[in-house]
Amino acid sequence: MKSIKLATSAAAIVAVSASAAIARDQVQIAGSSTVLPYAAIVAEAFGENFDFPTPVVEGGGSGAGRKKLCEGVGENTIDIANSSSRIKQSDIDLCASNGVTEIQEVRIGYDGIVFASDINGPDYAFEPADWYNALAKKVAVDGKLVDNANKTWADVKDGFPAQDILAFIPGTKHGTREVFDVKVIEAGCEATGAFDLFKDANGGDKKAAEKACTALRTDGASVDIDGDYTETLARIEANQNAIGVFGLSFYQNNTDKLRVATMGGVVPSVESIASGEYPVSRPLYFYIKNAHLDVIPGMQEYVEFFVSDDIAGPDGPLAEYGLVPDPELAKTQEAVANRTPMGPLN
Amino acid sequence: MTDIARNGSSAPAPARRNRSLLEVDDRTRRRNAAEARFKLMGSIAVIIGLLALVGLLTSILLNGMSSFRQTYVSLEVYLDPAKLDKDGSGNLEKIAKVTTFGYKPLIQKAMVATVAANGVDDQGLKAKKIADMISPEAPATIRDYVLANPDKIGETVRFDLLAGGRIDGYYKGRVTMETAALDRNVSPEQLRIADALRDAGVLDTRFNWAFFTAPDASDTRPEAAGLGVAILGSAYMMLVVLVLALPLGVAASIYLEEFAPQNWFTDLIEVNISNLAAVPSIVFGILGLAVFINYAGLPQSAPIVGGLVLTLMTLPTIIIATRAALKAVPPSIREAALGVGASKMQTVFHHVLPLAMPGILTGAIIGLAQALGETAPLLLIGMVAFVREYPAAPPEGLFDPASALPVQIYNWTTRGDPAFVERASGAIIVLLVFLLIMNILAIILRRRFERRW
Repeated sequence: MKSIKLATSAAAIVAVSASAAIARDQVQIAGSSTVLPYAAIVAEAFGENFDFPTPVVEGGGSGAGRKKLCEGVGENTIDIANSSSRIKQSDIDLCASNGVTEIQEVRIGYDGIVFASDINGPDYAFEPADWYNALAKKVAVDGKLVDNANKTWADVKDGFPAQDILAFIPGTKHGTREVFDVKVIEAGCEATGAFDLFKDANGGDKKAAEKACTALRTDGASVDIDGDYTETLARIEANQNAIGVFGLSFYQNNTDKLRVATMGGVVPSVESIASGEYPVSRPLYFYIKNAHLDVIPGMQEYVEFFVSDDIAGPDGPLAEYGLVPDPELAKTQEAVANRTPMGPLN
Repeated sequence: MTDIARNGSSAPAPARRNRSLLEVDDRTRRRNAAEARFKLMGSIAVIIGLLALVGLLTSILLNGMSSFRQTYVSLEVYLDPAKLDKDGSGNLEKIAKVTTFGYKPLIQKAMVATVAANGVDDQGLKAKKIADMISPEAPATIRDYVLANPDKIGETVRFDLLAGGRIDGYYKGRVTMETAALDRNVSPEQLRIADALRDAGVLDTRFNWAFFTAPDASDTRPEAAGLGVAILGSAYMMLVVLVLALPLGVAASIYLEEFAPQNWFTDLIEVNISNLAAVPSIVFGILGLAVFINYAGLPQSAPIVGGLVLTLMTLPTIIIATRAALKAVPPSIREAALGVGASKMQTVFHHVLPLAMPGILTGAIIGLAQALGETAPLLLIGMVAFVREYPAAPPEGLFDPASALPVQIYNWTTRGDPAFVERASGAIIVLLVFLLIMNILAIILRRRFERRW
């Protein structure tokens, strides 16, 4: 029976793949779930305004998207990978070994990361140091590293409400976590002086000190959320003491449920992130497989449409949804028009 | 057993013999109590199950029923030739150059004019804010109309345009004046204008056919999102499953049940089929990715791949059901057929199979229903994607990207705009209705045609 089944399905596959040689006529995109809504907005507008079919946009995460991009050249591989962090050398090597040599890097803008709690809770004005003292495994007290014993936010800083520390932060598979680690926890680590203590303890090794900084407490005060922001929001609605980490666009869609905290005295908004005042933000990218540009109809048009002023500019739908426009958009438009492949990582 | 043993071994108590049967003794009382306890526990279990079901259904229905209604604004839009056809040539290519961004000012003008014409106080809102009450989908609606009827440029045409997601949410109780005051995407002033327009009959809420036919929409326009592509994709996958799994499964079971010799090899196959039925579906997804996409080179996100993966998943279910149906046909039928000189083949196909058919179909429908609700294997083959193009008619359409119902639900629950929660619950209702129909069909088939011996 098994062999019959195998043989029949093999026959089905062969019959099917013979007819699958029909050329693919829509752009296929995969990658970061942070970039996904933006890519979907552009894909929708592209389908409306051009004679090409609407591109298919898939999520799956930045790393998975880049890996798929580097699987090889051919119509059953994707054309564009969305990514919320920069491509890694290992990805480029994987690409090269599979014959994907020319990749374009397109920076579409910046994404802000905000700290928000239940709308009915108290206001917070955070500094990175506060988050470090609240969540780190070891904190600096009187020039010594001790285990974090802070129970409430009032223990962290005078003037904060006596509310239990409970933070929902993105899990380690998220690109957002990396930004949170670097821009908040490491910054706080340095500001509280814990960084120097770690450095001394590790014999001046900076890398080891950074790693020690990002070790968070495991007693339940900091909870990793591996799902998406909707899960974080649901957890906050269930537990009103908690503070969650969100993307700016998600917060802007839920301003009636969330109260946003300031960071370094700045309220997060598209403007304050564009000006660089708000400290916690990161660039968003997509990566283009140049070999597909002339094969897949509409791919070049889609890419140019994505970075056009109508879409990615300050008054476009992306900015309205929460993307912080890139001040160097004109440069990107030129590079995309010339199909300039990215140079080596610096 | 113990009672008999005890009664047999020791002398029966004389008191017992004299007692009336109507008088309940201790042991009977204990046994009755045990029975009552068990009955109670059983009914508690049923009640807990029912409560869970009722809770689930009410939450889904409460959240989701509103997705079957949608708010529309009826607007008279002047299709301004100065904007749409600058040189007045009527050249379709040039008209197509005007993107949806070029249509926004027309809607803004029409909206402001409508508000003024109905004597509605504009609450001091800017024209852009008033225009924001209309869905971003609207420019595309008008542009499609203009491209289809270029001769209408220069005329004023009445359109039924979607109201924005938050305005729509206001009439479904999702948005209130209080939340609107905090919400960055809508203001109480806009809601008051909406109320006045509703009184004037410009704005109304009606049945949402588009929910069943429209494709998915991006995060900025939840009000336009529909299940069209997902329903088509699911239908295509079910078609593939039916065409492949039913003949394969039935042929395999007939061979195994009627023709195959009974030896260790067929025993092994039997054990493996039972095991396959219990394999977690995600495993089939991994197999599908490796075999159908990476090795056979089939396209990503295509219903054909989804269908093939689900076929593998459904086959064991169908085989097991078919074999049970064949086994249920009494041997006397076979013997009678053989006795009047029918060949083995004739016996099976003329007599056994027709009698087993209702059971086989029931098994197939239940297998299909299982496959319809399956999400996990589809995650891996790229069906969890934003797809807006309808797949073409089969067979070519099987290779076009599509979504599927359960995947669309998953997709919508991850979106930022709360309006998608309603859409996801609505999609769950649609999926449940499909499953219900299939299961009822299976029950009817069984009731009407199944013969008992």
